[in-house]
Amino acid sequence: MTPILEVRDVKKYFPSGSSRVLQRPTGQVKAVDGVSLSLQKGKTLGVVGESGCGKSTLARILMRLIEPSSGSIFLDGEDVTRLSGSDLRRMRRDIQIIFQDPYSSLNPRHSIGEIIATPLRIQKTVTKSEEVGRVKELMHLVGLNPEHFNRFPHEFSGGQRQRVGIARSLALNPKVIVADEPVSALDVSIQSQILNLMQDLQTKLQVAFVFIAHDLSVVRHIADDVAVMYLGKIVELGPANIVYGHPTHPYTKALMSAVPVANPVSGRKISRIVLTGDVPSPIDPPSGCRFRTRCWKAQDICASNEPELLDRGDGRVSACHFPELEA
Amino acid sequence: MTVADTTIVGLSPSRLALARFRRDKVAVVALCVVVFFVLIAIFAPLLTSVFNLSPYALDRQALNDYGNPIGRFGGMSWNHPLGVEPGTGRDILGRLMYGARVSLLIGFIGTIVTTGVGLVLGMVSGLRRGLLDSVITRVADLTLAFPSLLLIIALNRPLTQRLESMGVPKGNFARMTYIILVLTVFGWVYMARLIRGQVLSLREREFVDAARSFGASNTHIVFKQLLPNLWAQVIVFATLSLPGYVAVEASLSFLGIGLMAPAASWGIMLGDSVKYYRADPTYLLIPGVTLMILVMAFNLMGDGLRDAVDPKSDRQQL
Repeated sequence: MTPILEVRDVKKYFPSGSSRVLQRPTGQVKAVDGVSLSLQKGKTLGVVGESGCGKSTLARILMRLIEPSSGSIFLDGEDVTRLSGSDLRRMRRDIQIIFQDPYSSLNPRHSIGEIIATPLRIQKTVTKSEEVGRVKELMHLVGLNPEHFNRFPHEFSGGQRQRVGIARSLALNPKVIVADEPVSALDVSIQSQILNLMQDLQTKLQVAFVFIAHDLSVVRHIADDVAVMYLGKIVELGPANIVYGHPTHPYTKALMSAVPVANPVSGRKISRIVLTGDVPSPIDPPSGCRFRTRCWKAQDICASNEPELLDRGDGRVSACHFPELEA
Repeated sequence: MTVADTTIVGLSPSRLALARFRRDKVAVVALCVVVFFVLIAIFAPLLTSVFNLSPYALDRQALNDYGNPIGRFGGMSWNHPLGVEPGTGRDILGRLMYGARVSLLIGFIGTIVTTGVGLVLGMVSGLRRGLLDSVITRVADLTLAFPSLLLIIALNRPLTQRLESMGVPKGNFARMTYIILVLTVFGWVYMARLIRGQVLSLREREFVDAARSFGASNTHIVFKQLLPNLWAQVIVFATLSLPGYVAVEASLSFLGIGLMAPAASWGIMLGDSVKYYRADPTYLLIPGVTLMILVMAFNLMGDGLRDAVDPKSDRQQL
């Protein structure tokens, strides 16, 4: 089965240093450095990692909100990085985004109805007379009162606003929705409502999610596959239960051990791994393995050779010279 | 959340602002004063002819042998409610009404032109960034650093003549065009800076990215996403800059730039009255106080508008 979304070796280098006119940039921020992913129809791929590891940049590249420096993205078999003009506009119907901040992602001067109708108007998928009906249908679908379509964003709570954002992303019947930390700005009780809504919508509409988060338990709840990113690269990728059950990359292991246990007394006994130091600067990443500066297993080889993503035999790949394989 | 009725109408930010403005008594009174002045200016020819207050007719009867108005308070009488001009005997109330036309005309046109130019340049600057932005910002800095008043006085004659040779009707029309021109050249900067800053902040908001992700054109982004968020500030800023232009017009006329007598303008009246302030202090007081009332009304109205549009900038908390 061909994947609905396939990302091949995508890189994004931002020029850094002086942005003044007539001065050349002095360096490059390697925000995303060779990421490859694939996503099947109706499935969810979770992308996790620390702040600044390139998750949001990846989301914006997938949306073609920023252009990748190199690499290709196949949406339903078509390379979207080569599209422009009307082809690009048509492609945009198939991939939509849910933003992190429900306060800045809705235009405060537009009513909810207008906000949800904006994609319909731009893409002209429905006639003017069908528009209100479609908007109300979408509002009903995400659990909003369709009678509220005349209201304005400031009259809604954070969770309701995020439902508006979800309704808007569904308006064009996309095949893939990129959710860029869709619940991290919400209360915990609201988070689960939104996550359940997204899962319901997935079963109903067979839409595939790229679910970006820094909260591991949220990803575990919703994702079929999970990709762990560190400093612009994927360090481990595989089915969620396998990666969560037995992480092979030291970074994944450290992340997993940082997840709080619901009941510390009776809960699983884990030794907590505390990473020291900060994430190195993506302008000047470490040689070899990027994680070696914070890794407790680092040897000389880690500094000289960059580990490749190797299949660990259980449908999961990881990039480490000393993986934690099961005995 | 209120109970859902059959028809639920949301309150748009502009309607909320209007409701807040209505609750601000000072601002509403100021608005009434402004409307009063605007009506006077519009109907000045009608009013002066109905009440026989011609701003140009010379009334020698109202003056004594020394050319000073006969009677108390600058010759106030039923014929001339606010007295007459010393030396000529022209009716002050009539001249005041005609002066309001000039002040408000220059105020409104100056505001509209500078706001338009500033809005366009500010949006271009904020959206395009890069070289064009640098050029616009530097030119703006340069304009602010210029000794504008000296330049306006120095360029008055040559530029007015230039305008006349370019086909602008001679006389007061060309002089008014010159004033509006220099107001625009030196006035667009403030609006442009405000808008540039706003656009730089708005363009990073996620709703702009959202529109782009639907395939929105730049036209859509500018007119549907950004402008609706700028109007409130544009209107407030324009309202607050309008009294400035009224005052500048008066100052320039006072300095002898701009309109020339016998045309009526508050600045001309003020300039003229200084000569007579010992013999006839009311003549100095009347245009001065009128100018002050209009400028203050505009400022209070603008303040009220700003508070209504942005409740966070509460005056009481400052």
